[in-house]
Order: sequence, then structure tokens, then C-alpha cells
Amino acid sequence: MKTVELRTPLDEKQISNLESGDKVYLSGEIYTARDAAHKRLVALIEEGKDLPFDLQGAVIYYVGPAPSKPGQVMNSAGPTTSYRMDSFTPLLLERGLKGTIGKGPRSMKVRDSMVKNGGIYFAAVGGAAAGIASTVKAAEVIAYDDLGPEAIRRLVVERMPLFVVNDTSGNDLFEAGVAEYRREE
Amino acid sequence: MRELDVARITEAVKDLSIRTNIYLPDDVKKALRESLEREESPLGREILQVILDNHDIAEKEKMPICQDTGAAIVFLEVGQEVHLIGGAPEDAVNEGVRQGYSEAYLRKSMVADPVLKRKNTGDNTPAIIYTRIVPGDKVKIVFAPKGGGAENMSEVRMMTAADGIEGIKDFVVDRVSRSGGNPCPPIVVGVGLGGSFERCAMLAKEALMRTIGEPNPDPDFDVVEKELLRRINNLGIGPQGLGGRTTALAVHIKTVPCHIASMPVAVNIQCHVSRHGETII
Repeated sequence: MKTVELRTPLDEKQISNLESGDKVYLSGEIYTARDAAHKRLVALIEEGKDLPFDLQGAVIYYVGPAPSKPGQVMNSAGPTTSYRMDSFTPLLLERGLKGTIGKGPRSMKVRDSMVKNGGIYFAAVGGAAAGIASTVKAAEVIAYDDLGPEAIRRLVVERMPLFVVNDTSGNDLFEAGVAEYRREE
Repeated sequence: MRELDVARITEAVKDLSIRTNIYLPDDVKKALRESLEREESPLGREILQVILDNHDIAEKEKMPICQDTGAAIVFLEVGQEVHLIGGAPEDAVNEGVRQGYSEAYLRKSMVADPVLKRKNTGDNTPAIIYTRIVPGDKVKIVFAPKGGGAENMSEVRMMTAADGIEGIKDFVVDRVSRSGGNPCPPIVVGVGLGGSFERCAMLAKEALMRTIGEPNPDPDFDVVEKELLRRINNLGIGPQGLGGRTTALAVHIKTVPCHIASMPVAVNIQCHVSRHGETII
């Protein structure tokens, strides 16, 4: 386990260096999307249309932030549960998505797709939303304003603290962590 | 009869919606601090510290602890000697939610149609309101913002007398085990036993309102709670599900009588941001 400074967009070399359990400080542009936005993104791909942002090397953060106060860059913005995006993620990974940020484990299909396409799943600390907001330096809605908290936002983050859950070798920090601390009754 | 303008209810709900989303109850904070001392996993300790630091940031910056400021769950206990005037009590509650969520920049998380259109209502209404008529001349309002991630890991099961207490324990532990890191552990587990299909679910939610550290009023179920907490923490799920000894902060059981053919069991899971507050008017 090591600590890594990482900057988006992510490339193969950066990703292959990451291992499950690593601590990462992520900087650069990332995009927010959750349930409703994913549905629309996948529909666009299926219709052969362009997406509102470039997927190549991109990182998606599963979050629906609280609305910003006047003069505030970002209000509380912790991760939402990732499994709800599982059915959409493999297609996005095939199209160039390199990283996802959320909480809770991913399906085997998503894990296999990350190994095959070169992708990383990061965990942010769920519920620690006010602290995470302080790492967001800029934010703008770039698509689906009608979805409110579920709109797609481009964020500029600086040293956002994350843990590598799934690496490109198929390791999973949830499985490893639970196996270590489980006590049989 | 005591006359009470429902505007007082609106004011109280507005205040509660803001307060509960920024300030966590002391018992929950204390339980988290104690879990940090016990936690064996270095990563688990790091996560618990991040969670504790976040409480301070939220209070200092007047930001919600979690961006998911929840569905507004409201328990309204209206004294039978109170005559409510000035409008419908449910409208008054919803107006309080509307004002509080707007004024404090809390997230609006309700969709009007649960399946087909899923259009956000834009003001976090409607609240989910449970009203009881009780003796007295007061109105008590309990407000609990409930996040979606933990609520999604909850379940009702219609068990039978043959399953017994051991069957119930296995179901509760299994429900938590299957939830893993999804509900934002360390969690609080509310268990409702008895009643009917819908009553046991209500009991499970009410059980989450109990102060952590307060024993179950029934000594037999107090023993069950302690055993369940031990078994759940032995699952190794840990903070955020990344492994550790702190999976749950507490297990709270609430019971009522039930039909001879039934043994309804409900498990309602609450994340570590276990928010609730009350006001008596």
C-alpha cells in the first residue's frame, strides 16, 4: 500500500501502477453523474450520439451535491452508493472511461470490465461530505440541469482523498478487508 | 381545548430540518468516538477519523454533514386536547420542509413519480408523515432525515413462530452481511418485531430514534440486542465496508403483539449520519 498523487485525465501507465489499498490524492477535472444521468449517457451511446463530455481518460464521481450557497464553490458532496450504476458502467469503460468514484462494492461484471478495459474504482468516505467539498475548487453544470442534484457537473478537484478499491489486476479492497477482520462465531 | 396555529408546526419543522442536517446527536458522536478507540483496522481508524473531522467542518461551516439530506421523515404526536387552526397539519409540515431545505441549501431528493417520470419535486416535499393522537395538550414533532443508501438495504420478512428468536437473529445478521459497505457503515440497526406487515416496518424506523447507549426496556431483548451487535461486528465489514471491527454502533429492537399465525420482522438500516431531533410545542 502506497500513497499516490494522481492527475486527470488518467492514462494506462498511471492506472497500471495503482494497487487495491493504495491511498490516492486526485487532482484535475472530474465529472459528476449518478442514476438519472447514467441512464441518459447510455441512451446517447446507444443512439450513436456524442456525450456531453469526453470519456477518454475521464473519471466519474457518483455524487448529487447539496446546492451551493451564494459565493460557495461546492456544498457538501460525498459519494453515493455505486452499485446502482453497475449496469451502465461496463459500456462507459469500453468507451474510454478510466475511473469511477463512489462508495460500496461493484458487481463482478464491472470488476471484470475494469480488468479488461483498464479501469480503477476509488472509494471516497461516504457521509464525510462537508470535508470532501473543500477539495473542490471549481464546479459548473455542463448537462441535464433539469435533473437538479443529478445534473452532470464538471469539477476541478485538488488532492481529493480516495482509496483504490479495484485495480486492473482484479483485486478488491472490500473482500480483502472483510476477510482480514471477520471472526467466525 | 388548547388552540394551536399550525404555523408553529411549520416553524418547528423548518428549524428541525436545518438543525438535524448540520448537528449530529451527541450519542451518535460519542458512539463514533468510542468506536475509534476500539477499531483494530488502521484503514478503519483513518475512515472513522475522517467521519469525526467532518462533523466539525459541518458545524463550523454550517454545511450539511452529508449531501444526502434525506427524505423528511416526520413523526407527529398530537395531544387530544389540542385544536389545530390555521390550516391542515400535513400542509404545515410540508411547508416547514420546503422552507428549511431551501433556506439552508439542503439537497432536494424527492421525485414525484417513483418509477416512470422520476421528476424532482424541487423542494424535498412531500415529507413522509406519521400522525398519532395522544393524551395531553402538546404537539411533539420528531424529525429524521433519512438517506437513500441505508434505506435501500432495509427489508421486511414475514417469519413464523417456528423460526423463533434464532431465526430472527440469523435474518438480521444476514441482512447486514448482504448490505456490506453500501449503507455507509458504521450503521445503526433498527429491528421491528410483531404487529403486521407495515407495523413492523414502522417499529424498525422508530427503533432508530432511540438514544444509543440506552438499554432496551425489556431485559430479554436487551440481551438479544447485545448478541446481535457482537455478531454483526464479527462480520468484519468495518467502516465503509473496507474491513474492520466497527460495522454497527448499535442494534435497537422494538416489539408489539402480533397474530398467532405471524411473526413479522423488519430491519431498517441507518448510516453513521444517524440524524434525528425533536421539538415539543
